[in-house]
This record gives sequence, C-alpha cells and structure tokens, in this order.
Amino acid sequence: MIINHPLLGPRDSQEFVYLGDASLIDRPNAMAETALDDFHDYLYLRDNPAGSHKELWFHEQGDRSWLVVTRDVTTHEITDVELASDYAKRRGRDR
Amino acid sequence: MRYSAFRLFLEGLQGQSGWKPVWRDAAPQASYDYVIVGGGGHGLATAHYLAKVYKKARIAVLEKGWIGGGNVGRNTTIIRSNYLLDGNEPLYEFSLKLWEGLEQDLNYNAMVSQRGILNLCHSDVQRDAYRRRGNAMILNGADAELLDQDQVREMAPFLDFENARFPIKGGLLQRRGGTVRHDAVAWGYARSADSHGVDIIQNCEVTGFRIENGAIRGLETGRGYIGTKKIGVAVAGSSSRVMAMAGLRLPIESHVLQAFVSEGLKPLIPGVITFGAGHFYISQSDKGGLVFGGDIDGYNSYAQRGNLPVVVDVLEGGMALMPMIGRARLLRMWGGIMDMSMDGSPVIDRTPIDGLYFNGGWCYGGFKATPASGYAFAHLLATDMPHETATQLRLDRFRTGALIDEKGAGAQPNLH
Amino acid sequence: MSQKNRLVGGQIDRSRPLSFAFDGKNYEGYAGDTLASALLANDVRLMGRSFKYHRPRGVFSAGSEEPNALVELRSGARQEPNTRATMTELYDGLTAMSQNRFPSLRFDMLAFNDALSSFLSAGFYYKTFMWPPAFWEKLYEPAIRRAAGLGRLSGKEDPDSYDKGFLHCDLLIIGSGPSGLAAALTAGRAGAEVILAEEDVVFGGRLLAEQNLLTEQCGNEWVSDVIGELSSLPNVRLMTRTTIFGQYDHGIFGAVERVSDHLPEPPADKPRQILWRIYAKRALLAAGATERPITFENNDRPGVMLAGAMRAYANRWAVTASTDIAIFTNNDDGHRTAWDLDAKGVNIAAVIDSRMDTPSSTEFEVLSGAQILDSHGRLGLRSVKVRLKDGSTREISCGALGLSGGWNPNVHLACHKRGRPVWNETISTFVPASSGDHLLRIAGAAAGIFSTHGALHSGAEEAVKALNDLDVSAHVPELPEAEDAPVKITPFWYVKSGKGRAWLDLQNDVTVKDVQLAHQEGFRSVEHMKRYTTLGMATDQGKTANVGALALLAELEGKTITEIGTTIFRPPYTPVSMGTFAGRSRGKDFRPYRLTPSHKWAAEQGAVFVEAGNWLRAQWFPTQGETHWRQSVDREVLAVRKSVGACDVTTLGKIDVQGADAAEFLNHIYCNGFAKLPVGKVRYGLMLREDGLAMDDGTAARLAEDHFVVTTTTANAVPVFRHMEFYRQCLWPGLDVQLISTTEAWAQFAVAGPNARKLLQKVIDPAYDISNEAFPYMACGEITVCGDLRARLFRISFSGELAYEIAVPTRYGDALIRRLMEAGKEFDITPYGTEALGVLRIEKGHAAGNELNGQSTAAMLGMGRMVSQKKDSIGRVLAGRPYLQREDDYRLVGLKPVNSKETILAGAHLMTAGDTVNAANDQGWVTSAAYSPHVGSSIALAFLKNGEARHGGMIRIVSPLDNLDIEGEVTSPHFIDPEGDRLRV
Repeated sequence: MIINHPLLGPRDSQEFVYLGDASLIDRPNAMAETALDDFHDYLYLRDNPAGSHKELWFHEQGDRSWLVVTRDVTTHEITDVELASDYAKRRGRDR
Repeated sequence: MRYSAFRLFLEGLQGQSGWKPVWRDAAPQASYDYVIVGGGGHGLATAHYLAKVYKKARIAVLEKGWIGGGNVGRNTTIIRSNYLLDGNEPLYEFSLKLWEGLEQDLNYNAMVSQRGILNLCHSDVQRDAYRRRGNAMILNGADAELLDQDQVREMAPFLDFENARFPIKGGLLQRRGGTVRHDAVAWGYARSADSHGVDIIQNCEVTGFRIENGAIRGLETGRGYIGTKKIGVAVAGSSSRVMAMAGLRLPIESHVLQAFVSEGLKPLIPGVITFGAGHFYISQSDKGGLVFGGDIDGYNSYAQRGNLPVVVDVLEGGMALMPMIGRARLLRMWGGIMDMSMDGSPVIDRTPIDGLYFNGGWCYGGFKATPASGYAFAHLLATDMPHETATQLRLDRFRTGALIDEKGAGAQPNLH
Repeated sequence: MSQKNRLVGGQIDRSRPLSFAFDGKNYEGYAGDTLASALLANDVRLMGRSFKYHRPRGVFSAGSEEPNALVELRSGARQEPNTRATMTELYDGLTAMSQNRFPSLRFDMLAFNDALSSFLSAGFYYKTFMWPPAFWEKLYEPAIRRAAGLGRLSGKEDPDSYDKGFLHCDLLIIGSGPSGLAAALTAGRAGAEVILAEEDVVFGGRLLAEQNLLTEQCGNEWVSDVIGELSSLPNVRLMTRTTIFGQYDHGIFGAVERVSDHLPEPPADKPRQILWRIYAKRALLAAGATERPITFENNDRPGVMLAGAMRAYANRWAVTASTDIAIFTNNDDGHRTAWDLDAKGVNIAAVIDSRMDTPSSTEFEVLSGAQILDSHGRLGLRSVKVRLKDGSTREISCGALGLSGGWNPNVHLACHKRGRPVWNETISTFVPASSGDHLLRIAGAAAGIFSTHGALHSGAEEAVKALNDLDVSAHVPELPEAEDAPVKITPFWYVKSGKGRAWLDLQNDVTVKDVQLAHQEGFRSVEHMKRYTTLGMATDQGKTANVGALALLAELEGKTITEIGTTIFRPPYTPVSMGTFAGRSRGKDFRPYRLTPSHKWAAEQGAVFVEAGNWLRAQWFPTQGETHWRQSVDREVLAVRKSVGACDVTTLGKIDVQGADAAEFLNHIYCNGFAKLPVGKVRYGLMLREDGLAMDDGTAARLAEDHFVVTTTTANAVPVFRHMEFYRQCLWPGLDVQLISTTEAWAQFAVAGPNARKLLQKVIDPAYDISNEAFPYMACGEITVCGDLRARLFRISFSGELAYEIAVPTRYGDALIRRLMEAGKEFDITPYGTEALGVLRIEKGHAAGNELNGQSTAAMLGMGRMVSQKKDSIGRVLAGRPYLQREDDYRLVGLKPVNSKETILAGAHLMTAGDTVNAANDQGWVTSAAYSPHVGSSIALAFLKNGEARHGGMIRIVSPLDNLDIEGEVTSPHFIDPEGDRLRV
C-alpha cells in the first residue's frame, strides 16, 4: 500500500507501523466515576467496520508522525490522510 | 452411508455410481431449536457434537456462501496444543485428543497426521520461556520435550546451523502436534452432522436477529425468517459484522493473514517447524507442497488478500532458516480474515442477549481448535454452562482483567 | 546428431548448435530453442509423468501454462524441480532429468496406480485408510507421501544469490505482443516513463509464433523496428525474462526477472533472479490469451498438445512434434495450425472440426461435424479414433494432435484484487469485468480482443487513456495493417462417449468423471469441486484446465457458466522461486547487525558476542586459562563486587524529552510521579500500557527544567518511543514537549563497583565534583571528560554496587572504553558482558525481560504502591480491575536450592510440597536463574502465588521437561544488600 503522507508525499506503507482504530484518540476522562467501564469500552471494544475505517499509522521509518488514515478495509483504498495531531485537536484534545 | 474399504471396492467396480451426497442440500424450515450461524469448521463441529454428543435435534447450520469456505478452507493445517496459559491449554489439549479420534468419530479420513511440531529457540531468554511453556503443557496433560541444538540438528539437519544470523539454540517439540487435511474437516463434520439430522443450509445469509425483551426469537435470512430461541454464532472474521446486527460491539478486529504453498516436492520436511527469530513456519502436505506462513499483515482488512511486504518478510525468514528452499517455487498465496481478539485468545460465551451465544476471536489459531471449540460451544448451547476446558474464555474477562494474553502484547490485536 | 523433426525457417540460430542431455542421453539443439522445442526436434515426445496416475506425458504447450513437461533441471545444489521445459532456454551443457517416476520415465512402477484408477476416484482417500486407526501415520501416510510430490529438491543450500529492487514508472505494460508493443510505442513517444515487461526471452508475443498476422510486413520485422525505437528512448525500460506475477494495492506490482537462468550458472557478479517491486501510476495488462483444449477419452498422450503451441513450435522454433499431425478444433483458429504446418511440409492427416460449418481446404482433409472418441499409443500418440458426421468411426494415424477449443484471456492480474471476470457469450470466454480498477487497463487478447488489428489499436488507445489520466498527452501512432478476422467459435468442451477417462486437469489427473462424481456427492460450488477433485491446484494452476471444468460443472448444475463463476485468482501468475523473495536477506545477512561503540575494542579483547535483537553485545570476556563460560562470568561478577567493572550499555534505549511541559508529559507516561523531580536527579520509572500491565521500566534523568533523558530496556527502545509519540501527538497535542530517540547518539558505559568513583575521577574533568556529597546516589549531570569532551553522568546502578553510567557522543565511545580500561588498571578494572550483567541484576533482584514480559502487573513486580492514584497516568484506571488487584496474585520472590549443589532452571514451575504435580496445583514459575558467586549457589527470581507472604518458606521446584524436582527456599528477591547501602557509599 501507499500512504500519501501530508508532509512527505506518497510513502510505502512498509515504512509505517499500524496501531488501529483512530477512536484510540478519544481517551475517556480517567477521573470520571465511570472510568473503569469507559476505559474498558475505549481500549477493548471496536466497531471493526467492513468499510471506511479511520485508523492510526506511525511513520516509524520516517518522520515519526502519527497519521489518521481513512481507508476502506474491504478494498484497501485510501481516501484521506492527515496528521493525527491535527485530527486530535479537532476532536478537542489538548493537554 | 458408511464409508468402508468394502464399500470403496464395490463402488470401484460399479463406476462410483452409488455414492450419495456427502450432505443434503437442505432448505430452511420455519423454525429450529438451535441455529448455528456460520458453516465453517467451528460451526459444523458445533452442530455435530450438539447432535451426536448432546443428543439435540432440530438443528440448522446457516452458511452465507458454501460450507468450509472461510478459514477452515484457507489455513496452514497445523494442529498442536503447545500453549502456555491455563485459560488456553486445556481447550487445545482437549482438541488434540479429539483430533486423535476424529476419523473414527466421523467415519471420514481427515488425514490427521501427528508428525510433530518443533518451535525453535535462538536465545537463552527464549529457551527459558519455552521451558516454562513446555512444563505448563505437561502439567496440563499434554506432551512436550525440550531439545538442545544437537537434538534439533538430528531431526532437521537441513536447517542453517553454520551461517545463521540468529543461531539455533534448541527447540520445544510436541510430537503429538502435526497437520490435518483442512477441507476434509469441514466436509467430515458436515457429513456427520447431516447424518444426525442437522440441516446444513448453504447460500443463506443472516440479515438480522429478532430480539424481544432481551431474548432471541429468531433470525432473518436471505431465505426467509427462521424462528429459534437459541443461536450460536461462529463466523470468525465476520464476527463483528454479525454481532453488530444484535447491537453488540466485540473486543475483536478483523485482520488479514496470508499463507503460502509451494509446488509439489518429494518429501523433504518431516513435521511442522517454526522459526524463533523471524516470522516463518512450515510443513509439507501429503501432496508434497510446502505449506508455510508468517505474521499477519498488521492492518484491519476484510479483503482476504494481503500485500508484498509480508510475503517478503516470510520468505526472508524461510531462507534464513532453511536455505535449501531457495529453488522451490512459490505456487500460490492467499489471505483470510482473522478475528483477532484483544488478548489473542478466543471467546466461547453467552452474550447479554438471552439465547444468543458467541464463539470467536480465534485470531490465526482457530483451525487446531476446531473440534474442541465445536464441542465446548455445543456444551454451552446445550447446558448453558461453560465446558470445563473453556471456563476462562469469557467475554467479560476484559472488564475483570482476567486476560489470557499468551504473548503479553496488550490490547493490540495486530501484535497477537 | 539428428534433429528429425526440425523444419525449415524459424527464429533459432542454426549457426550455434548446443548440446544438452535429458535423462542421461545427449541431444543437440540450437540457440533460441527451449528445452521443449529441442526435445521435440529430436523426436522426443515423452517428457514426464502425471501426478496421480503416473501417466506418460509429453509437452502440451509452448509457454508458461505447461502442465506436463516438468523436469528436474540442473544437478547438485542447483537442482531445480518442476521446471517447465517450455520456459527453459537451451544452453550448452544443459542437463535435465524427468521426475516423479521410478525407476525410469519409460517404465514407471507407480503407473500401477493407473491400473487401479477405477478405485482411486476423486476424494477416494477421504473414505479409506482409517482402519486400523494407528496405521495412518505408520503405513498409509508414508506410502502416500513417497508416491506424491513431483520433483526433488537437493536438500542443499541454494548456492545462488538473489536481489531485490524497486522501480517507478508512469505506465507499466505487461506483455509485449501486438497490444503491448503498440502501447509501449504510444507511451514511449509521449515521453512517459514506461516499463515494458515480457516473461518470454524476446519481445513480440504471438507475433513470433504466427505467420501473416501483419498484412504488409513480417511480424518479426515490425517487432524489431519497434524495439529498436523503444530502446533508443531513455524513458522506456525494456525487460525481458520478467514475469509480473502479482498485482497488489495502489499500483504496486511484483515482478521477477530471471537474470541468469539461461546460463549454466550465474556470472560471479550477477544474481540468479531479481525481485522487482514496481510502483506504477498506471498499468496496462497486455498479457494475451491462453488456448484451451477439447476433452475426450485418453486425451493426455504424449503428442497431444494445443494447436496454437504447435504453430509456435513450427513458426518460431522450426519444429514439429511429428511428421503426421491431426487437429481437433471448434473454431477457425485451429485451422491456422494446419495451414502453417502444411506450408512447412508436415503431413496433415486431418482437421477434425466439431462444427458443421467449417473452412475448407484443398491441401488437407477437413472433417466437419466430427469428434475424436479416443486415442491410442502407450508412450506416444499413434492414432485417434474419430466419429464422423454420419456416425461412422474412423481411425486416423498421427503422431501428434493439436487441440483448439478457443482462447482464454489471461485475466489473472486483473483479478488479483479479488475482481472476477465475466463470461462473454459472443466469443465464449471469460473477459475482465469492465468496471475494473482505474489503475489497470486491459488491451488486446487479454481483453478478449483477438484480432491483431484489434490488439494493436486497443493497445495504443488504452495507453493514450492511461496517460491522459496522468495529464500526459499521447497519440495513437501509425500502426501496421493487420488481420482483423472475427472470432468464429461454437463452444464445444468435451466429447460425450464411453466409459473411459477424459482429462480436464492433466497434471493433477482430474477427469470428467471426477468432476461428475464430485457433483454427485454434493460438491457443487466451484470451490468445492476444485478442492474435492484438486482441479487447478497443480503447478500450472489449471491455466488450460479450469474453464473446461467450469463448463462441465455448469452443464451438470443446469446453469450458465456465468452463474457458476470462477474460483479466486491468486498470485503468483506463475510460480516464483522462493529464494527470490528473500533476496540478500539470508544467512548472516538475514538482518542487519547493530554494533555497540565498544564492539571493535571488545572483539580485540576476545569477547564472546551474543545477539540481543539486532544488536550484538559482548556476552563475556574470556581470559587466558578459562575453559568454561562460567569461569569468566563468575570472575567478572566478583570483580564488580570487589573493585570495579565496565560494561557497554549503549543498547538501552535513550529518549530525549524536551519542552516546557516535559515534566507533565512524563508524569502521565510513568505510573509514578515525575512532576516534582528536581533538576540534577534521576528517578526510576515504571511505564504501564493503557491496559494496566507493565510495559517497560527505566530511568528518567532531569538535566534541566525542560529537559529529561529517559532510558528504556534494550528490547523496548523502539516500542516505548512509539508509545510516547502516540500520547504526545494523539492525546496531548497541546503539550509543549518534543521527543527524539538518541539511542545511537550516545555511547554509554556502566562503571560499577566500590572503586567506580575513584576510576571516574581520573577520567572526568576536575571541574566536576563527583564526591558522594556533591553527586549522591541518583544524581545526574552534564559534565566534560578527557579535557572538554561533553558527557553525561548518571549515578544509577543495575548491579547494586556504587555505580555510574557515563555517556559520550557515540564517536568517542571507543576512545572512552579504552581510556577507562587504561585508567582502571590500578583497580584491576574488569570488562563485563551481558551474562555477568544478568547475574548481578538477579542478585540484586532487578526485573528484566523475563519478568517484564508484558504479562506482569506492577504489583507482581513488587511495585504496586508505585502506581500513583493522585494523578492520571497511562494504565492507572485499568490496572485497577479486580482480577489484576487480587491479593493472592503472583509476586516476585527469590529462590535458593536447599541443597546448594543443585541448580534451579528458569522456566521450572513451583509446587507446594506434597501436592500432585499438575496444572491445578501450579504455584508459579521461575523467571530467571543464575549461579551467584556472591551467594555461592544457584539463585533465581520467580513469580509465586501470594509470594510476598511466603518468604522463608519451602517450595518444590519442578521441571518435568528436565526431570528436575528439587526443594527450594523462598526468599526476598534481593540477594545482596537489601538495604541499598552499597549504592550510597
């Protein structure tokens, strides 16, 4: 596969390490009373859709960027790639 | 129709005209007592044991396509019970024992061949881990032997002992491990289940569950509504898709695993050998093909095909381990969808919905578990209690923390 | 030497005769021959045996689809089984042996199977060999395994080398027949980066095998004109002997170039083959088509072959399989073979055409509406039995028979991404689905466009479209006039006649009856039929067999071929040598070596090295007189405890953490607190995964308010860095913190032992006071050594002794170790390796890889109280799950054998004395064990249930694998200095 890195252009997916569903960005509030249940759902349960999938790839053999790649997991077609930090900020993550 | 040498001889004389279909091409009835969703190895085995051992009737197996068309028809045929953890080992050892009697149980030759499985180690740390594992196997009633380098050399002189980047230090051997003719497992279970009255219904896709007051009432299929109060789902790579129809999210991701076969060769490799310093394992089929594989591609996929980097990785391992295979030719590569669970171990359990039972999360180890998985699932369906070899394979273990993580890789399916 | 069947003309080089041997007998052929054409020239029709029935077989095709003529090529370690004679270029001195026969090709004892064939129907083995049960592994299976298989591997290491390469292009053209060449011309002239890949030795495809495809020019001439022009274009890369074997995602293609297979052995500077990964912006499949046979009884005899192959042999290689040939066809194409061979003086015994309406000929007899019922000739075709239009039968003598059942487009590569081809009724064949991938276009016969005119124009036009997609303007060039005959075919798959066997899959011996039986037994889906009969699973992947079987299955099911569908097309297109995929990554070059900065020095000292991941580390340093590794390791351990030792610890991961929020970041990453760590101090840190289990441990040193240096274990250096970057970028993108891995940037040495300070004081510049007061335990700082060389010093200890780790820029690592050894002479400084390091840390009770294996909680490691509940750190929440917090969980303990002469083995399990040794009574396991020269016996670390409460108790240590069963005492994991006094002196 080829991942079109937003900063570096098209790169072979072999340069990357895969983590999984980009929902891992949405880490729950650890101080909430329901934290144990929330973290169980967050860490273990997956939609695992047969279709478009937002997922995290790390450019380990490259610039160390984490990317959010939108890929159809039935065809492997990639429709969007962005820096995970940009995506995370849009999801309200900060510090 | 019972298979026997006499019957075979007779049919030979009369032009094979008397053989009947191995299973009936059943049409769905309006209702069943038990419906198994998924006509793969696990689903068919479940139906077989449910009918034969637990004496249940009015059972149907629903298959979206053709039976045995998923991972039971697309794997590297290895059987073994060389697991470390108490949550796993009893089930796999039970499975190995069922394999050992399978032909007699089914009256079908699935070519269970116990030529041994040898896991090689290349460091002291790895040998220590193998000793812990081998001992755990023995404690659970399985067989295991720890070999030193000389013993490995005697068994497999063709391995690279002289020029290896990661020298072979020894290995963990399970002599009762081996291979099975994979397609025949599906057909043998189907034939036996059918002969015990199970309806095997192909080309029948489940499109929805009917759930009332938190309990199963039936299911919608491409061939009409079927009423039932007990549904066992055993659909491997499609687990998330099917269970989503019941509103459930699973601790499972679907990943692609590739496997490979070479052209046919005269006998070369005695049993199953796994490389400990790279992703490569190999055996040789009775037809002569080298059957081998390695790691999953590593990304979510339902495409049933993989990519070149893993092919290269696997064969680098192969050539590093046994440089004699360089001139053999790779004949075919394929990919299957693995139901990778979050701790690398399977689930055989009830679900929050009454009457809906789930069997899945086998990662890439489901084939060897087929008999025990079917048996334990049948037990659960029949008695509502977990089978004694599957008590830890619970859905709620991720919530309680009672994980069964053989590799210690954590909640990351692509590392299991 | 005679070449009885050599004809006039052809494209062989008669000035270069070559000698070769088949089954020990010498023959002669010419440069340009394949092994198959040369054998045919010498009137050798029998070339192999089939897989199951060991039937005598001859060459069936002239290309890579060959099912029959498989040989063991070369000898010794280069022996190459299952090599298709049709794809083997002849070279002088070539040797080949027939295979899968015993004792000889002509007299094969396993042909006995053929006599038993009525009992060996499809899937017979599933129904038998079950009695008695124990006989399978002992008797039946070994016999089956010996009989099965095809050729033999030598069992020796492959002596040839392989290579890998990467290519990029705008347009990859697969195949160089009329459509491929027209496309290459179009794209080459447009200035696009073009790769033209051809599996054959030369470019041209069917243009080389046919007469009169072009009307005003000889096909050969046009080919050489085009290739001449293309080779002058710098933007075109021409690759022969190159098979594109697979299409992968996003325009990546796998290709194998057979660089040296046409030579006796590869030249010294050349690999045997190269694996190319081709990144193509667009690709054009111009792979042509494969002819399919017609099935009838005993249609497998040597001499029976594809009609198109017969033409290729005659036209390209000037060879005929026999001086008397017959043709059996259902379309006009079969007649071409008769014309071409007739023109070369071969006797055409008859053209048997299943159609009523057939072309006529004045030169030879055409039998319309006729079918072949049977054939005769044990080791080679003698005659065929024909049923004529009027129902009468006639025996026709012939030594070879050409079969033409129509052509199948080579759609494989278009289907590798799970696409299925569609059935085209008009031309009775599968063509690629029109809704194909925009990355791959299809032209010529591969697209079902069978006329030469059509192929030329579709090639050029598809190239124009592909380039237009890339915004490159291109134009259809002037193309030669060519035949434009329509396809005239009436589907005819197999002759329905008597009780004999009619082969569908020649290599795997799958007959019409087998498919009928499979269907009768319920194997009705195409995948079931394939798997039950093994149809299409031989080395040729059923290229000439599959479609005929699908047609038969369709007939049995009463469905159309479209409804039946095909099986899945999988790479590789043709089999690829396994060594090619590995390339250079084998032997010592399997993975790169990472060498520590002191490696050269350590090698000079005679160190023994050990693999640690890709690193090579000094394991111990034997000195004169030491004959056993334990002697060296014990000496090194004692030297550290007594005076001072030095060890290269560069392999530990080092991560620089900088930024205003660095402390806050680490406070989240580690389960213990880091917010308040003062500058100049180091703290031990335990990192959990989000699931609450221990991921790694190490230290973090605060060099400045906004600057930390984090260390990791060697094994986890990469995963920990990835983990930290994940949290930095994905969870807390607002934190002001930057990370960089500096593992390779700093050479780091542990200097450990009571004299460590005295030694370092000789090396460190005097401006820096490292006295115990000024630089106490767990201090750190940036210093200079050896006269203004910047360095870092950490007072941390893995051994339990007064110890430091000192780091200098990597390029000074070698100099520093030499300086340390020089300066340390007065203290008898001892270099120590990873074994001694391991013993020292076990004595001290420090966890390492065996304990930090991803399955341990902080509590198991005795660090449960370190997990701060006051802050949100990774893993804190899920570490609180009930199962992970149970009181009687495993705890890290120490073990000593009661009898100090006995040895504890890592991996042994723990049992309470008196209990039966089984899983239910399992109390834990030994994680690490070593001989402790300090304690004077074997010692170990172990995880023991409720272990903290069991210090001082007895436990049984068992390893059934080793017949070990000894008594041990449970102790604290700290065998030395549990109070830590030695650290602080």
